[in-house]
Amino acid sequence: MDPANTNKASTGGTGVYVCHCGTNIAGIVDVHVVVEYAATLPSVAIARDYKYLCSTPGQELIKQDIHEHGIDRVVVAACSPCLHEKTFRKAIADAGLNPYFVQIVNLREHDSWVHTDHTAATQKAMDLIRAAVRRVRIHKPLNPKRVSVHPDVLVVGGGIAGIHAALTLADAGKHVYLVERDATIGGHMAMFDKTFPTLDCAACILTPKMTAVQAHPKITLWTLSEVTQVDGYVGNYKVTVKRKPRFVLEDACVGCMECIEACVYKQAKVPDEFNMYLGKRKPIYIPFPQAVPQVVVIDPETCIEFKSGKCKKTCVEVCADRKAIDFHQPEKIETIDVGTIILATGFYTFNAKRIPYYGYGTYPNVYTALEVERLVNSAGPTGGEIVLRDGRRPKAVGIVHCVGSRDENTNRYCSRVCCMYSLKLAHLIKERSEAEVFNFYIDMRTPGKGFEEFYNRVAEEGTHFIRGRVADIYPDPQDQGRLLMCAEDTLMGVICKVPVDMVILATGLEPQPDAQEIRRRFHITCSMEGFFLERHPKLAPVSTFTDGVFLAGCCQGPKDIPDTVAQAGAAAAEALALIDAGYVEQEPYTASVLEEECSGCKTCIPICPYQAITLLEDKKKANINEVLCKGCGTCVAACPSGSIQQNFFEDQEIFAEIEGLLSYA
Amino acid sequence: MAEKPKVAFYWCASCGGCEEAVVDLAEAILDVIAAVEIVFWPVAMDFKRKDLEAMPDGSISATFLNGAIRTTEQAEMAHLLRGKSKLLVALGSCSHLGGIPGLANLFDRESLFKAVYLESPSTVNFEATLPTARHKDDGHEVELPGFYNTVRPLDQVVDVDYYIPGCPPTPRIFRTALQTLLGGELPPKGSVLAPDRALCDECPRRDTKPEHLSITEFKRPQQVLIDEEKCLLAQGLLCMGPATRGGCEALCINGNMPCTGCCGPTSRVRDQGGKILSSLASLVDSKEDAEIDRILATIPDPVGSFYRYSLPGSLLRRKKLDGASVQAPTPT
Repeated sequence: MDPANTNKASTGGTGVYVCHCGTNIAGIVDVHVVVEYAATLPSVAIARDYKYLCSTPGQELIKQDIHEHGIDRVVVAACSPCLHEKTFRKAIADAGLNPYFVQIVNLREHDSWVHTDHTAATQKAMDLIRAAVRRVRIHKPLNPKRVSVHPDVLVVGGGIAGIHAALTLADAGKHVYLVERDATIGGHMAMFDKTFPTLDCAACILTPKMTAVQAHPKITLWTLSEVTQVDGYVGNYKVTVKRKPRFVLEDACVGCMECIEACVYKQAKVPDEFNMYLGKRKPIYIPFPQAVPQVVVIDPETCIEFKSGKCKKTCVEVCADRKAIDFHQPEKIETIDVGTIILATGFYTFNAKRIPYYGYGTYPNVYTALEVERLVNSAGPTGGEIVLRDGRRPKAVGIVHCVGSRDENTNRYCSRVCCMYSLKLAHLIKERSEAEVFNFYIDMRTPGKGFEEFYNRVAEEGTHFIRGRVADIYPDPQDQGRLLMCAEDTLMGVICKVPVDMVILATGLEPQPDAQEIRRRFHITCSMEGFFLERHPKLAPVSTFTDGVFLAGCCQGPKDIPDTVAQAGAAAAEALALIDAGYVEQEPYTASVLEEECSGCKTCIPICPYQAITLLEDKKKANINEVLCKGCGTCVAACPSGSIQQNFFEDQEIFAEIEGLLSYA
Repeated sequence: MAEKPKVAFYWCASCGGCEEAVVDLAEAILDVIAAVEIVFWPVAMDFKRKDLEAMPDGSISATFLNGAIRTTEQAEMAHLLRGKSKLLVALGSCSHLGGIPGLANLFDRESLFKAVYLESPSTVNFEATLPTARHKDDGHEVELPGFYNTVRPLDQVVDVDYYIPGCPPTPRIFRTALQTLLGGELPPKGSVLAPDRALCDECPRRDTKPEHLSITEFKRPQQVLIDEEKCLLAQGLLCMGPATRGGCEALCINGNMPCTGCCGPTSRVRDQGGKILSSLASLVDSKEDAEIDRILATIPDPVGSFYRYSLPGSLLRRKKLDGASVQAPTPT
């Protein structure tokens, strides 16, 4: 520690503390020059530098100066206020000052990390500190406000992430609303046959959890439902959910499925979404045998009654007294109060048609991996038999890795699961057929528990591995039923053309097509790729920048089932922490109307995103409900007569900062 | 009997309307004349600069100076009057914030001269004579006032004690301000002597303004038949009332025309134009860039609309000059 510049009056005044942050700051900014300069600024009584101010001795240093030298305002020039503002507020509060009498200067993210010129960075540090010293002098005492947390939780998305989060919360005694867009919960996992690397049957491990959701008294499950609006703030969200009609009353249907039998369509004629359109269903159907809820659903797009109104309605006849079928069931809008929200909206599989030279959609024997998941599934359209669209059984199968992943033209990122599920599919195909399997990979990525071992096992089973990106797939001129897969085998250094009967495209994971809309609805942000952005990639991986909104599963980025479940558990724990604390502390950065000065022009009323502003009818003045105000500052900027002020961001505080920054005192 | 307070009036870059405003006091002017002694008022009475120079420093109780400062002579007079006066009061928009002449700050001196003395269709100037600080004629040389590049409000030239806003100040604002100054209980230095609420507060149409105003288009007064009862903003007209200091009794609104902002911002706002801009922009009824552009393009002259009276006194002050110094305007 350097000798303190304590040559000023010892009572009152500002203390300036410059952190080295190891070499993070001190490596670029000459902290000694900065400290010497800070000591000369008006009101500054003490200026010091220290290696790690956020450490306990660093904080003690500040406390000691407050006690011994009567410092009454503190400027800490260190890292981003996102990281340690709270630390230093607490430190000065411990020493008896109002916690808001500290101003943080971000010397790391705003200066040393983004500049390489030592002199200029040092000058910038001095400028920023000068601004903060001016500002902190006029800080007013403030106290954080507490708001209660509603104990109910909303979980959006009924895949494995949403299911696990909902069950964890419900088991802890919290009431959960689980909202799912489809007719059943289960998500993508319900479509898989086996899961890597253990080869557990996906349905065997998932369906008990689905049933548990259905049976849990603490879970309200709404399928065919979507969140349309989210108002409020952490602890007190008001959520509007649109529940689309199923045309079958959930309370009345017992899941006997006699109506499906009785449907006037004797044969199933409608391509079946759950089986990736490889099978057929009827207009009245259940997505799959273990669907939850066990309630049939009518597809109004294909049902004759909906199209012509002249169906014999044999389904209604057979349902008889149960009267579960209601062709006039209306759409329902529900409004619920919840304190926390977990988003588990999942992913979208890459559309393989975007890479035309792989021939998906052109050659019938080119499949996506998800289609093959259904083909190999014993509950799938072929009963688990690997039968091609033309009825043949393949003798050779080629699997293309990284379709829509690690590709400049589509997505640059690795989808994390494709290598492993490709290995799994190779294994399953070999297990259930005589076919030779060729895996075309760029790099084999098996970085998980038991993953490398699984890779070795599949290799030992006789699957062929060719290291090379497939460049083209086209019909074999010698044998039109076959496809030639053309790739450079980069280990052999030769161009190879492999004739196969079936191609499987290991499509990557993408954000849901409406991720941006969802993001806006829940007031969160997306990363460059379009996945929901976590608050911090390492230290807040399931939190978002909106307090009380958490992320689980692939909506945050591609991941496998174990990671998804772990994240869902973490998100549930984060929500539980808020609920069990019972309240959250909020920054007191609320806005208030200067009632005497307000002209009643009403400009502020429509622009408040939280509906916190109303017009007092008797006085004709605007009024801000402090509980609803989130401190966004929109009304402050918009008030044309400057009659709304915001704590901690008062005009004079901001102008003091700007003037400090621009004056070369 | 105590000596009557001595009062001076002076006129710099302005239209003269503020001098009219003094006369607009009508019968009340007699009370003013009874209460004060006018020692300098060139527009109305025969005073010369040497008379002023002869007065002891601080001998004038209050000087009411209207007009902005755009020539060296005006700056000299402002300094002279400042020295002679206990209180210097900026009277009217030009002196307060720069006023209409302040819109000249969108140009520089040379282009203004060119437009006014050479290119204006009504000007005949065969010898292309332009104003100069020194002029020779018939063997004599005269010194003339120099013309600054930048128009300044009074307080950017000398220290100002009070401001009386308006273009021109309405009789009521002026009378009330005079009473305040003569009353002995002086408000804090730097005060604007008018109510500190926006015009909506006293606007007779306030209740007709909807709570959820959303703007899809701005219309100009000549384009529409203006409803005489309804809030002008709600009719799509650009009314500066929400961002403008009241006290004028909404004279323009009562004349069925929108407020143009002459009384300047309230004490809590530094930049009237910037404030009304951020306010109206918040109410624009679109989130699409193209649509927002379309709506805002219906304001043909943003600076002249939002900064009509306040450009020199705003944070912007003037359009940036190429190379020339804004800080130290030179007279030649």
